[in-house]
Amino acid sequence: MSATAAAGGAAAASRPALRARTGRFVVYGLVLAIGLCLMAAPFLFPEVRAQEVAARICVFIVLVASYDLLIGYTGIVSFAHTMFFGLGAYGTAIALKAWGPGWDAVLIGGGLGVLAAFVLAVLIGLLSLRVKAIFFAMVTLAAASVMMVLASQLSQFTGGEDGITYQAPRVLSPAFKLVTDADGKVVQLFGVRLNGKIVAYYFVFLSSLILFLAMLRIVASPLGTVLEAIRENELRAEAIGYRVVAYRTAIFCIAAVIAALAGIVRAVWLKYTGPEVALSFAIMIDILLMVVIGGMGTIIGAVIGVVVMSLAQFYLKDLMQVAADATAGVPLLPDLLDPDRWLLWLGLLFILLVYFFPAGIAGTLMGKGGHR
Amino acid sequence: MSDWRHTIDRFGGVMLLPVALAALAFVAIAQPSTWVTLTVAGLAMGMMIFLMASGLSLIFGLMDVLNFGHAAFVTFGAFIAASVLAALAAWVQGDSALLNIVALLAAVAAAATFGAASGWFFERVIVRPVYRDHLRQILITIGALIVAEQIVLAVWGGAPVAVPRPAILEGSLVFGDISVEIYRLFAFLLGLAVYVGLHLTLNRTRIGLLIRAGVENREMVEALGYRIDRLFIGVFMAGSALAAMGGAMWAGYQGLITGAVGSELMILVFIVVIIGGLGSIEGSLLGAVLVGLMANYVAFLFPKLSLASNMLLMMAVLLWRPYGLKPAVKG
Repeated sequence: MSATAAAGGAAAASRPALRARTGRFVVYGLVLAIGLCLMAAPFLFPEVRAQEVAARICVFIVLVASYDLLIGYTGIVSFAHTMFFGLGAYGTAIALKAWGPGWDAVLIGGGLGVLAAFVLAVLIGLLSLRVKAIFFAMVTLAAASVMMVLASQLSQFTGGEDGITYQAPRVLSPAFKLVTDADGKVVQLFGVRLNGKIVAYYFVFLSSLILFLAMLRIVASPLGTVLEAIRENELRAEAIGYRVVAYRTAIFCIAAVIAALAGIVRAVWLKYTGPEVALSFAIMIDILLMVVIGGMGTIIGAVIGVVVMSLAQFYLKDLMQVAADATAGVPLLPDLLDPDRWLLWLGLLFILLVYFFPAGIAGTLMGKGGHR
Repeated sequence: MSDWRHTIDRFGGVMLLPVALAALAFVAIAQPSTWVTLTVAGLAMGMMIFLMASGLSLIFGLMDVLNFGHAAFVTFGAFIAASVLAALAAWVQGDSALLNIVALLAAVAAAATFGAASGWFFERVIVRPVYRDHLRQILITIGALIVAEQIVLAVWGGAPVAVPRPAILEGSLVFGDISVEIYRLFAFLLGLAVYVGLHLTLNRTRIGLLIRAGVENREMVEALGYRIDRLFIGVFMAGSALAAMGGAMWAGYQGLITGAVGSELMILVFIVVIIGGLGSIEGSLLGAVLVGLMANYVAFLFPKLSLASNMLLMMAVLLWRPYGLKPAVKG
């Protein structure tokens, strides 16, 4: 229900079309710029903190885009996405902890995590996708919360609330020398040491890029078109002859597997997995905010949404600290402006966004409604 | 086989499930006194959850609106009741039973009043613009839930809040080797009273007739000239007030509450609504009692499984009856 498309009408059909075309250029340009920045991140932003942020952005782009497959393309709301993300991360983490750093642990542990995510997705999908969308939302919410309780209770495997720390494969550790000169010292390129940290970042970047491109391919395929048809008019899609339940379950499984793969990447990069980074409901809310801000039903909106949210998380807090100090004398206001309350303002922003720009940044610019 | 089914249906059909569950647990636990304690605890918990679930279920049945923000009313109810009880500490701790009761009723009433008022605001501002659009409904009510939880954190702070319990409801009644906590008895009776009140309102009054008709077929009721949106605001406010009341009772039951109390309970409430079937008070009661009993029995028999057990219960019910045990609306 994009405002531009609705306002145009038949009389001025070319104007919205033109605006949409410019908007598309802006969006693609923006996404390309972000992609280039991420590609060169270790050289552009060499400090450790910035690299953490860049790697987190990469992983979250995949996670949010895979969520967009569900919410934007198929119109189903799931709250179990962090559960799948967590399964991938925990599978990798437990294997790396048990067998020591090595790619076999990543492959087998991560593979088992992905398999578990797939099986759970099939079960949940077949069980509850045949009834109302709203039932599905509730069932996934319940499933995700049970998984959270399980993760904290099975502490001999998962480390409980503390999580697990472990070592990544040696190639990815800072001690690994990627390029050495004659003396056996690590070569520097643009002042950045070419060690395992660089390898680790590019492992994250390239895996994310491959997964992201795979998702772009999925939505451009006939499968993507059928999914959009189901979103727009479920009865009609069923009447034409598409098995709606089968398609929904399929995309739910695909999204779950991609989320679990993103979980593996996250676990390998962070060398730590715990409820806070892989399973908590706060991550689910982050994903939800990112996908709506970026634009549902666009996939590339995920890139914009993740970057905007990640920057907001840093700068909004700073801004609020300033505001809270400025209003120190007023009752209640400093409490509301406390940096810890940044989610309050983001929540308000979110509500306004869903009201006025349900298509999100990318959707509004491109004149393409995510959800009608 | 069909004879059996007929007999079971005559004696209440799915309504026998809690009885069957209790009987099964009696065999498994094998200690009558423990079983009675657990059953009473389960019934009390079920009744408190029923208070929260009934409103959600009716709101959905009548207007096809699923309010994820329902948890916010529970949280606010719990904190407001805690504040009122703390403010009336002298009455709450005093010896006079009358003042005890007055303080408790004041707390519950304050929570319910706030619930109704914020329900009105919520319906008008948050839900009204997104009728008939499930996706945006879910998103907006989630957003509202986030904001509400943050407001609770800003006003009451992040630390757990202790809830004083009226002196008259402390302690337990003892029959032989069976002891029953008075507060649980009170929670059960209050829940039962609310259920009877709702049942009578829905089945014996004109407004109840309209609500039931609206759940069945909204367009037809509108075509007959009734303003169903006004009716809906009433139902929304009543549902929110019940949720706040449930939160208040839960606060007294737990004795210590955090800002996450609503979201934690919401999982159980959703499970109850799904098990019971959307739109029916009887279904909510059945689901709530089942969940309450199940939670307490399993917590005693297999402590590690307590939350997962309700999840399994929900899965089993969904496999058997995809629309819940006693739905008022299908599809």
